[in-house]
Parts: sequence; C-alpha cells; structure tokens
Amino acid sequence: MTAPLDRRAATARMLRDRGDALVVTGLGNPTYDVAAAGDTPLNFYFWAAMGGAAMAGLGLALAQPRRRVLVVTGDGEMLMGLGSLATIGAEQPLNLGIVVLDNEHYGETGMQVAHTGRGVDLAGIAAATGFKLAVTVRTEGEVDSLAAQLFTVPGPLFAAVKVSTSPSPTSLPPRDGPYLRSRFREALLGPDAHV
Amino acid sequence: MVESAPVMSVSWPAHVFHELQTARVVQVAYVPDAGHGALIDLCHADTAMRAVSLTTEEEGVAMLAGAWLGGQRGALLLQSSGVGNCINMLALNQECRIPLLALVTMRGEWGEFNPWQVPMGRSTGAALETAGVLVYRADAADDVAPTVRAAAALAFHSSRAVAVLIGQRVVGTKSFAK
Repeated sequence: MTAPLDRRAATARMLRDRGDALVVTGLGNPTYDVAAAGDTPLNFYFWAAMGGAAMAGLGLALAQPRRRVLVVTGDGEMLMGLGSLATIGAEQPLNLGIVVLDNEHYGETGMQVAHTGRGVDLAGIAAATGFKLAVTVRTEGEVDSLAAQLFTVPGPLFAAVKVSTSPSPTSLPPRDGPYLRSRFREALLGPDAHV
Repeated sequence: MVESAPVMSVSWPAHVFHELQTARVVQVAYVPDAGHGALIDLCHADTAMRAVSLTTEEEGVAMLAGAWLGGQRGALLLQSSGVGNCINMLALNQECRIPLLALVTMRGEWGEFNPWQVPMGRSTGAALETAGVLVYRADAADDVAPTVRAAAALAFHSSRAVAVLIGQRVVGTKSFAK
C-alpha cells in the first residue's frame, strides 16, 4: 500500500483542468480544499445541509447540460446522502461527476471513524447504482488518470479518492449564503441571474 | 372505512400542472405519492419538464437548489410524511435565500385510517414554518390552483421557500379495503 494521498494536492490536481466546469462542495474539508485550489464564483460551497451536495449537483447538471458539473464532497457527507447515488444512477446525467475525498473519518467532529473505514465501499455502491465510471483512487498516478476523465468522458462519474487524515492549512471561503448564490448565478447566467 | 371524498372539482391536478407551466417550472422532484399521482404523470408526459423520482424528500430540496443555481425553476411534490425528512436541508433555502415551491399532500387528518400518519400530519405546518418556510393551505379543490399560483409567484419573485398544503379532504382519504 502506498501512503494515503494529500487531499489538497489531489483536489488541486483534479481541478487544474476544470475549464468552465461548475463545482459544488460538500460541507467541511471538501469546501476548504476546493477553496484552497482557487476560489471562483463558479464554486458553490456548502457550509451545512449535510447529505445534499450530490443532489444539488444533479439539479445543476440537469439545468446546465452543456456544462460539466463536479461535486467534491467527503465520505461522511456522501454516506448521509447515499440514496442520492441511486437517484443519480437512475437519471444518468452525462455531465455530472462526484469525487469523494475519503479519509474514512468525520474530520469536522473529531476524527471519528466512518463506515468507509470499516469496509464500506462507496465506489462499489456507485457502480451498483449505474455510474458509468466508479473507481477508488489511491495513488498520484490514478489521480492523474481520473483528472483526465472527469471533464471529458460521459457520466455519471464517481471516484472515491482515499486521502490521509493529516490536517491541512486553514482555507475558509466566503460563507454568506446570498453572496455565494448570487455570484454563482451572475457568473453563470449573466443578466438573467436577476430576472 | 371512510370513502374517498374529494370536494367539488376532481381536476385540480390538471389546473396545478397548468400553474407550474405558467410559472416556468422545469424540474419536478417527487417521492411517489397517490395524492400527487395525476400531477406526476402530467409532468412526466411533458417533454419540456424533467420529473425526477427521489429516494427521500430532502434530495429534492437539494436538487432544486442546484436547479435554481443553474437557472431553472423547480417544484417539489411530497406527502406530509416527507416534510420531516426535509428540515435540515431547508437551511439551503433559508440561509442562501434560494426559492422553493413545495406542494404537500396531507395525510393524518381528514378521515385518516392509519394512526401512524397522524403525528407528522399534525406537525407538518408548524415544522415547515419553524424551518423558515411560508405555508399556505388549500382545503377545497377549487382553491388549490390559485394557491399554487400565488405560492409560485412568492417563491420565485421574492426568493422564498413556500409550501402549499393540500388538505386530505381534497386529496381523498386512502382506502385500506382490498
């Protein structure tokens, strides 16, 4: 086994070639990781509403079929919204990808072990619900090949990226809800954001 | 056994569907429900709409928030028993001032047979209001569509979460007779 990946480096690598992709983050570390990779109005950060990131990604992907939508979330958040994998599997959105930064723990609450650390295989669940790609990623080489697919091959795509529990430097994006939603819509929709 | 007792018009689902079209609702998220059955069928049959079946109602709250961020309006169709599932997810709407139009068919009230439906039915309106949702109610079939029209306008023009409770007297009481 190789050492678990660094979550910040893996996130930055996956987002490097995002182009005009829209990114939704799950609360906690994934929000901070995506912000650290580069804050942009086309990131929508969850700060709560645990379990909802993947479904927000689905609604966004259906509304914007020409754009790529990537959800970056954690294993605890994904476990809380496990049914959404079934819903996304049933809907088959071609432009949606979900990356779970899986440290097998609940980082925000004191590093309690999550089910992913007790044998539960999120990629296996995603595969069973019909995701076109469903992989577990453990090495930098696998992150590279995932990054090459995330914004190019037809979805729905799923990856559990196994990352370490090592703490990362603080990186807090804006958390004012109306600001986050208005800047996102204005960047995406232009003047129509205000109709 | 109490028989189904819809009041006056039975065409309220068609009128509500028209209101959703007029309000430019595109994404319709729902958990399968007998009371919303006709409306769900109409939404699926409309090629301009995308009707999405959920495993649990809070998925729809998050999905429609994403839809709105992406420039599309949506509606959530659910039964009163599903309202409790949505409470934490409604933080999205309250904190980010993201519109939500939720149409709730009531259980646990008019002539209910199943006692297990009563607790959530009794707390549906209060739970929504506590979570920051504006709540309207229609207890006659002819009131449903106008109430949905007003709720949609409020939701989408004023960026608020709005629910319409459709009384069990309108929906009809579920019969358990086989």
